[in-house]
Amino acid sequence: MTGTIIEVEGLYHHYGDVAAVNGISFSVIEGEIFSFLGPNGAGKSTAINILITLLRIQQGMATVAGYNVQTDPQKVRNSIGIVFQDVTLDRDMTCREILEFHGRLYRMPSAERKQRIDELLTLVQLDAKRDVRTKHLSGGMKRRLEIARGLMTRPKVLFLDEPTIGLDPQTRMRMWDYIKAVNEEGTTIFLTTHYMDEADHLSDRISIIDHGRIIVTGTPYELKNTLGEDLIYLETDDLPGTRAALLAMDQVKELNEKSRGIVAMLNGDGTKILPQIIENLAGRRIRVNVANLKKPSMDDVFLHFTGRELRDEGAEKASSAVIRAGRR
Amino acid sequence: MNTGFLTIYWRDMIRFFRFKTLLISSLVQPALWMAFFGIAMSANFNRLTSEIPSIPGVPSVDYLTYMAAGVIAMTTLFTSLFGGIVLLFDKNWGLMREIFASPLPRNHIIFGIALSGMTKTFIQAFIIMVFAIFLGAAFFAGFTAAETILSIFGILLFVGVFSLGFLFLSAAISISLESPEGLQGIITLLTMPIFFASNALYPIDAFPPVLQAISIVNPLSHLVSGIRYFAIGDNFQAIGIHYTATSMDIAFSFLLLILFAALMFALAWWRFRKATVT
Ligand SMILES: Nc1ncnc2c1ncn2[C@@H]1O[C@H](COP(=O)(O)OP(=O)(O)OP(=O)(O)O)[C@@H](O)[C@H]1O
Ligand SMILES: [Mg+2]
Repeated sequence: MTGTIIEVEGLYHHYGDVAAVNGISFSVIEGEIFSFLGPNGAGKSTAINILITLLRIQQGMATVAGYNVQTDPQKVRNSIGIVFQDVTLDRDMTCREILEFHGRLYRMPSAERKQRIDELLTLVQLDAKRDVRTKHLSGGMKRRLEIARGLMTRPKVLFLDEPTIGLDPQTRMRMWDYIKAVNEEGTTIFLTTHYMDEADHLSDRISIIDHGRIIVTGTPYELKNTLGEDLIYLETDDLPGTRAALLAMDQVKELNEKSRGIVAMLNGDGTKILPQIIENLAGRRIRVNVANLKKPSMDDVFLHFTGRELRDEGAEKASSAVIRAGRR
Repeated sequence: MNTGFLTIYWRDMIRFFRFKTLLISSLVQPALWMAFFGIAMSANFNRLTSEIPSIPGVPSVDYLTYMAAGVIAMTTLFTSLFGGIVLLFDKNWGLMREIFASPLPRNHIIFGIALSGMTKTFIQAFIIMVFAIFLGAAFFAGFTAAETILSIFGILLFVGVFSLGFLFLSAAISISLESPEGLQGIITLLTMPIFFASNALYPIDAFPPVLQAISIVNPLSHLVSGIRYFAIGDNFQAIGIHYTATSMDIAFSFLLLILFAALMFALAWWRFRKATVT
């Protein structure tokens, strides 16, 4: 379970003179949930389209499930399942027919096909809609049906291009549960999203992608740590003394005083620094009454790495986070 | 054997029988052609040609019988040329991505669509034949039961091969285009010369040489010749013209239709290999 299942080396893709994918290399480990997190137009769908053999490789190398996308597209197609970014359901076919068609495309034997259709319709709670045409389904039901379709053939790798776009919070959560359950059964998942919470919640590893390039890759935890913007809120019985003590520590970047406490921005991992701070204060006979550690959110990480005009808004969010932390 | 094309066929047939208005109009329309155009024109032609002395010893058929073969051919042409349009819709609505990213070989998409289009033309041809006979067309006159069955088989064979050619062409155009309007335009451009420079509704004997030349390589003319040979016979007169056909002539027409279908398949295959859908 520790081999790589997707390998990408120096991949470029141009539409005319737009460089949609601009030299990316990465690998996905078998069995993990891997995400591309990036803003609109970052090149996520283009990269997926190359990996699922819909776009011909212009430059670079990619293998999926051990097969070269360029030289062995047929074998790649046999190993993957896909949920496209926008709905690709025939409006005039029923839920059952959609799945039946898909199973036939992949040459599933008929008994297995029937059984899978029943299983999957139950899994995505569309049993009751079995013989309803897809044009009569709600957006969330359509998405669920598409996810079921992606799972029909028990692919080695499942590509999900913004799977929960346009879904209500309950349905999104349920979808995340499906995705996790499927992943636990051994399907590697390649996900794209621009929802930070989704990437954070689901992924084993995330690549933040912008302007066709991968900016940074890591586990959600690592990404948040690399930012070095952990915040600690402290209430003590001696605020001026605490201030002096914190200013003397290398790990503290910035201080910000609140009415009843003090907020310190750290330049390292807060989970390790907080005990040191408490120890340090204890050494000075200052008692800590309240301590709160806040890691940067995925939003902070995303905005930090993708920059853009949203940066200011990001700064506001960070300070409001401090206030929130302070009120706790 | 990979039977993937049956998947495409299955889906297209579901759609054909599901859109009731489309289904009914596609069945009623050729019947209406027969009813209105056939009856109106045959009244005219029969009056105009009544003065022409008939050739003694050659069985004579009326205009309705003559043009019924043309209506079958024309309907087959239209249905086949539009048969690939579903590919264009699938492409525009993103449905083609599912198919292109699946292990189904691309030529099976072409086969599947061609097979379903052919099925539709068979149903239509059959309905027109029945309706034409009901209106008084002298199809299979004097044939034994065995000869009639054999002749129907012959007609369907011609209709089938002809429709394959134009379905492949339609598929090739559809997969290359961006909009259904473009396809409509091209089809209109194609049908005009194919239809009018043919022997479907009138004899080509009086055409100027250029038109005659076109009509001789025109697949529609060969389809019509085939249908008349099987439905009417190898020796008859209509509108004052003596029609004879040897089995060699018919074999030649058939080969020509096969050649046309093969060329169009090559074209479609080339277009599909070039196509990218995202
Ligand atoms: N078919 C196309 N023709 C021309 N340019 C395209 C095409 N598809 C995408 N692009 C361009 O390529 C770039 C990357 O697009 P892509 O769809 O890969 O982004 P994305 O990360 O999936 O964005 P989103 O989150 O909005 O789905 C964009 O600048 C886009 O305008
Ligand atoms: Mg996208």
